[in-house]
Amino acid sequence: MIKPRVLIFSGYGLNCEEETKFAFDAAGAIADVVHINDVIANKKLLTRYQILAFPGGFAYGDDTGSGNAYAWKLKNHLWKELAQFVKGDHLVIGICNGFQIIANLGLLPALKYKYGHRQVALLHNSTTRYTVRWVDLKNESSSPWLRGIDTFMAPIAHGEGKFYVDEATLHELKQKNLIALKYIKGEICEYQNLPANPTGTLENIAGITDESGKILGLMPHAERALLFTHLPNWPLLKETYKRAGKPLPKFGPGLALFKNAVRYFI
Amino acid sequence: MISRLEIISKIADTRAAVLKRKIASQGFSVSDVVVVDVYTIEKQLTSKELKQISEMLTNPVVAESSFAQMLAPQKFQWAVEIGFQPGVTDNVATTTREMIEDLVHAKFRNGEGVYTSQLLFLSGKINAGDSEKIIKSLHNPLIQKARSKNFAQFKIDRGMGKLAPRVKLTGFVKVDKVNLNVGDEELVKIGKQGIANRDGSRRGPLALGLDYLKAIQTYFKKAGRNPTDIELESLAQTWSEHCKHTIFADPLDEIKDGLFRHYIKRATEEIRERKSKAVIARREATKQSGNRSSRFAHDYELGDYCVSVFTDNSGAIEFDQDYLITHKVETHNSPSALDPFGGAITGIVGVNRDTIGFGLGAKPIANTYGFCFAPPTDNTPLYKGPNKTQPMLSPRRIMDGVIAGVNSGGNCSGIPTPLGFMFFDKRYKGKPLVFVGTIGLIPKKKNSQKLFLKKARPGDYIVMIGGRVGLDGIHGATFSSEAMDSGSPAGAVQIGDPITQKKLSDALVKEARDLGLYNSITDNGAGGLSCSIAEMAKEMRLPAGRQGGCEVQLEKVPLKYPGLAPWQIWISESQERMTLAVPKLKWKKFQQLMYSRGVEATIIGTFSSSRKCLVKYKGSKIMDIDMDFLHNGLPGRHLTSSFSVKKYQEPKLPSTKNLSEILTKMLSRLSITSNEFISMQYDHEVQGNSVLKPLQGKGRVNADAAVIRPLEDSHQGVILSHALYPTYSDIDTYQMAAASIDTAVRNLVAMGADPTQIALLDNFCWCSSTEPQRLGQLKRAARACYDLATIYNTPFISGKDSMFNDFKGYDESGNPLKISVPPTLLISAISVVKDISNVVSLDAKFPGDLIYIVGETFDEMGGSEYFNLLSRDDLVHIGNSVPQVNAHKNKKMYLYIFKAIQSGLIASAQSVGRGGLAVALTKIALGGMLGLEINLKKLPGKTSRDDFALFSESQGRIIVTVAPGNKRKFEKLLKGNAFGLLGTISNKPKIQIRGIKGNKIVDFDLKEAELAYKKTFRDY
Repeated sequence: MIKPRVLIFSGYGLNCEEETKFAFDAAGAIADVVHINDVIANKKLLTRYQILAFPGGFAYGDDTGSGNAYAWKLKNHLWKELAQFVKGDHLVIGICNGFQIIANLGLLPALKYKYGHRQVALLHNSTTRYTVRWVDLKNESSSPWLRGIDTFMAPIAHGEGKFYVDEATLHELKQKNLIALKYIKGEICEYQNLPANPTGTLENIAGITDESGKILGLMPHAERALLFTHLPNWPLLKETYKRAGKPLPKFGPGLALFKNAVRYFI
Repeated sequence: MISRLEIISKIADTRAAVLKRKIASQGFSVSDVVVVDVYTIEKQLTSKELKQISEMLTNPVVAESSFAQMLAPQKFQWAVEIGFQPGVTDNVATTTREMIEDLVHAKFRNGEGVYTSQLLFLSGKINAGDSEKIIKSLHNPLIQKARSKNFAQFKIDRGMGKLAPRVKLTGFVKVDKVNLNVGDEELVKIGKQGIANRDGSRRGPLALGLDYLKAIQTYFKKAGRNPTDIELESLAQTWSEHCKHTIFADPLDEIKDGLFRHYIKRATEEIRERKSKAVIARREATKQSGNRSSRFAHDYELGDYCVSVFTDNSGAIEFDQDYLITHKVETHNSPSALDPFGGAITGIVGVNRDTIGFGLGAKPIANTYGFCFAPPTDNTPLYKGPNKTQPMLSPRRIMDGVIAGVNSGGNCSGIPTPLGFMFFDKRYKGKPLVFVGTIGLIPKKKNSQKLFLKKARPGDYIVMIGGRVGLDGIHGATFSSEAMDSGSPAGAVQIGDPITQKKLSDALVKEARDLGLYNSITDNGAGGLSCSIAEMAKEMRLPAGRQGGCEVQLEKVPLKYPGLAPWQIWISESQERMTLAVPKLKWKKFQQLMYSRGVEATIIGTFSSSRKCLVKYKGSKIMDIDMDFLHNGLPGRHLTSSFSVKKYQEPKLPSTKNLSEILTKMLSRLSITSNEFISMQYDHEVQGNSVLKPLQGKGRVNADAAVIRPLEDSHQGVILSHALYPTYSDIDTYQMAAASIDTAVRNLVAMGADPTQIALLDNFCWCSSTEPQRLGQLKRAARACYDLATIYNTPFISGKDSMFNDFKGYDESGNPLKISVPPTLLISAISVVKDISNVVSLDAKFPGDLIYIVGETFDEMGGSEYFNLLSRDDLVHIGNSVPQVNAHKNKKMYLYIFKAIQSGLIASAQSVGRGGLAVALTKIALGGMLGLEINLKKLPGKTSRDDFALFSESQGRIIVTVAPGNKRKFEKLLKGNAFGLLGTISNKPKIQIRGIKGNKIVDFDLKEAELAYKKTFRDY
C-alpha cells in the first residue's frame, strides 16, 4: 500500500498549511508543505504528487479580492503544469481562501471542462464582516472527496464567502450536480441556536466541484473539525460519555473528508 | 504616465448597502450609494499591459471596469473620493504593484507607484453641508484624504481627474548640529517641543527633562562639540519612559532599587529559588525515606518552570520536554486614540513581533486582547485644541476602529484569538487602553543550539528585514511618554501591513531559524532602528572585558520614498521590520531564502566591539556616542510619593424590591454583557488549536479563560486568562492589584489549571505618574503584586507599563480639561495543562446537577459594578468596602478545586468576578440553556442584604456544578474549605433565587436573561 502524496501550497499569507498537513497525515497520506515560489522554481515538482491542496489563509491580505492575487501568480507562472495536473487522475482541494483561489483561477466549476476561466465569485458576506462560527453541512454530490458523507459539522472563518453566479450558470451547476455542500440547520446549529446560512450565501451553497468531482472547493474548514476537542460541544459530550461509562472519541467529523482522498488512491 | 482604473460592481453590492445604512443611521436622507474601486497607477505601460492589468483586477462575474472614468451612475448628488494621505501604508496598492511587477517582469522605480482609493456616488436629499458631514464621518483626516464634486462639476470635469498622492519631500536631508550651549529655558523647550528647524518650527517632542538634557550637555562638552540632531533624537528615544521605564526603575521613597526590581522582579526571583529548592529538598527526602511525600499540596509546588523572564521580548515557561511557551502583552493606547484602526492593528502585529523576536524566533500561536473604552453612547465632543479645534474621535468611533484593527491584524496573520474582554469607564474617553497579547511556541533546541538564547557577535552583519522605512511613526516612543495634547504628532500614526509581516514571520520561524542562519534578532518597535541596533549591540557575545558596538551605514536602509533625513530614518517606527545579526558566511544563504519568500533583506551595517554606536551617512560620521553613555548615561531621579486613604460616603441604599430587574440590568452592563460580536469576528479556530473557545455552551457565553492545544499531536494544553478592576483604584490600588491577580489566577483554576504551575504578566496603565499621589498608588499596587505573587507562588515572567494615560484638551465650551484613566493594572495568567480532556467549561451540563459555591461572600461592595449601576451623574456611589483578598485561604482552596477537576468531579465551573454571584450563576445557566434553583440561606461568609449577597464582588470564589452521583466524593474532598451547596440545575427554564432569609428574591425566564445578556451590543 503506497500512501498518496499531497502538496500543500504555502506563502504570501496562506496560513492553514500546517493543520491541513496534520489532517492529511492523520488520514494516512504523506503531505508536504511547499512554498509557491519553490514550486515555480521547480515546476516538475507537481508530477510527484497525487493530491494538491490550497489551504486557507489570507493570501495577499485579500487585497484586490480574496484569492485573486495568488490565483494570478499561479496563472502567470504555473498554469501549464496545473492544467496538466488536473487532466490526470488526481485530486485537488481548495479550503476557504484556497477555494477563493481556485475559483479565481478557474479550476472550479470549469463548466464543460474549460479550466482557466472565472465563472463564479465569492463575495463579501452580507454583514461585510469576517465571520467565525460552526456550521452544519449537507453533502449533495458524488465527489470522491465526500463519498459516504451525508452531513458533517465544521467551522467557517471568512469575510468573503457569499457564493455568487448568474442564473444560467446556477442552472447548469444544479443540472450537473456540481453543488457539493450546502449549509443546513443540523446538530451544531441547533446546539448553538444559530441560523443555517452564516453569510447570506446563494441557496446555502458552501462548496462546489468541477464536473469530474475531483476538484472540490469549500468554505468550511474541515481540518479544524479534525479532533474531538475541536467541537464546540465536546465538554457536554464528554460529560455525557463519562456518565454513560464510555470512552472519549479521538477524532472529529472532518477527518472523513481527508480519509476519502487517501482511500481514492489505495 | 498616470492611469486610473475604475471598477464597479455589476450586481447588488453589499459594501454599498452597508455604507448606505451607516450614512442613513446618522440621519441623512440618502437614497442610493454606489461604490467604485479606484486604482491609480503611475508607470509607463503599454495598452496591452493596461488591458491585462484591468483583467487581473476585475472579476468579470460580478464587476466591470474602465480606464476612461465612464462608470458613474446616470444621476447622483455627490461624488466623494477617499484615498490615503501621501506616504500612508496602502496595502492593496502594494499587492497590486506586486501583481503588475509579476506581470510585466519589471520593478517599479522611484517616482512610480500604485495608489488606491474609493469613489462613492451619493444620491438623495443631500445639501453641501450634509455632504461635508458625511465625508467627515467616512474618513480620518490623519491618514486619509477626501475630495468631492457635485453632479454638475463632475460632469464638467468628466470625472474626478487623475491624482497620484506621491510623497514629495523637500525638507532637510542634511544633518544639523544642535547648540546645547544655551540657557535652561531653551533646553526645556528643546525637550518639550523638539529640535528647531531652520524655519523656526519644531520637530516634535523629545520628552527629555531638564536633568537629562543637562547630562547630555555635559557629555558633549567633554567631547568638545555639540550633538548632531540624530544623536539627540537617538538619546531621546533610548532614554524615553517608553523604553527605559524610568518610573519603575528609579528609586522611590525608601525603595532604593525602584519598584520593578523591588517588587516585581524580586518576587519572581524568590519564587523561582523556592521552586528550585523544593525540587532539591524533595530529591533529598526521597533518597532518605525511600517514599514520596503524601501531602499532595506539596507535590505540586515543585520545580521552576520559568525559562526566560524580563530580559527578552516575551517571557517564556516550559511547555514540555521539547518546547517553550512564550507570552507578552503590550499596550498601544496613544496611537489608538488618534487613529483607532491603525493604532490597534499595529498594536497587535507589533506584539506578534515580540513573539517572533523572542529567542531566535517563536511562532505566534494565540492572540489576546483587552479594550478599555468610554461608553460608546457618549456623544459629547472633546477637543485637543482651544475653540473647538482638533476634535477627538468619538468613543464609538474609537471602539469600532480598534475592534476592526485587531480583527484585521489577527485574522490576516493567521493567529487565533481565543480570549479578550472589553471594560468601560468614562475616564477612558481621552485615551482608550488597548491591550494586545501574543502567546508563542518555540522548540528549546535545534542542532544543539538553544533557540531561546541569542547574542550578536562582532563582525556580524546588521540586517534589516521586512517593510521599508517612511515617515510613519516618528516620535512614537517619546510621544507615548507624555500626556496627549494639541502638540501630539500626527506622524506618530502608523498603519499595519500584516501580510508583509506574515511573510517575514514564516520565513524566520518556519525556515531560517532552524537553519541557524542568524545569531540574534529583535523587533523594530519603539524608537525603530536606533533602539533595536543599540539594544543588540549591548547584549553581544564578547570576550571578557570587551564591550559591544555597532557601525551603521544609514544610506543603505531601504526607504518607502526618497527625501528622509538621516535622523528620521534612524528613529522611524515604520512597521513590520526586524533587525538581525547575520554571520558573514551565512549571509548569501540567508539573503537567497528571504528573496525566495518575498521578504526584503538588507545589510545596513556591522556589529563591532568598539564600545561605540557609530552611524554614518554617505561616508560621513553623523553619530558617535559611547554605548555606555547611550544606555546608562541618564541620571537617576529620586521619586517621592504620598499616600492618603480616601474616605467616600457610604451609599445609603433603600432595600431593593425587584432584584430580578436589577439582575437583568446587570447582565446588560457594558462591562459584563456578551461581546459575542467580537468573538464571532476574531478567528479563534485557525491553526486548529482551539479547545475551550471564547464562546461556550449552548447559550454562547463569553468565558473568562480559554484553552488552546499548541501541538495537535500532544494532549498538553495552555490555559489563558486575564483580569482587571480599575474602579477599585478609587478606593485602594493595593486591593485593586490583589483582586486582579486573584481573579486571573482563579479564572485559570476554574477551568482546570494547576495553581502551582501558573505564571503572570503585568501591564500597568497609569496616569499623571509624576504626581506623588499617583506614585503612591503605584507603589501600593506594586507591593500587592509582590505580596500576592509570593503567596500564590506565581512568578511574573514579563510586563510592560504605560505611565501617562492622560488627556489635556478642551470641552465643548472651550474650557480646558484633563481626563486621566483610573489607575489600571491588567494581570494576564498562563499555565500549561497536562491533559486537555480534563479541562472544564462554564456551561451547566445536566438538569439535576448540584450547584456549589466555594469561597466566602461578604458585604464587599466598594467600587463594585452594582454601586456603579446605582450611580447617577449627580450621585456617584463608590463606597469603601473594596474586596479584600485572603490569598493564604484561597491558595489552599484552589489546590482542592484543581484536585476535584483532576478527579473528574466537576462538570462545569465559573469564577465569580465583576457583577458577583448572580452574574456568575446566570452565565452557567445561560451556557447550558438550563434553569437554576438557588437558595442563599447557607451562603458561606456574611452578608447583610440580599442585593449585597447577589452582587458583592468578594474575591476567591468559584461556582461549580457536580453530578449528583459525585456529591459525597466532592464534599469529602473539599472538607476544610468554605463551601456551600446552593441548589440545582433545573429543567425549568427559569432563574430562581431565594435570598439569605430563604424568601424568593429573583424569578425570571431564562429567555429574558439571554435577551438581557445579548442585547447591548446586538447591533454592533
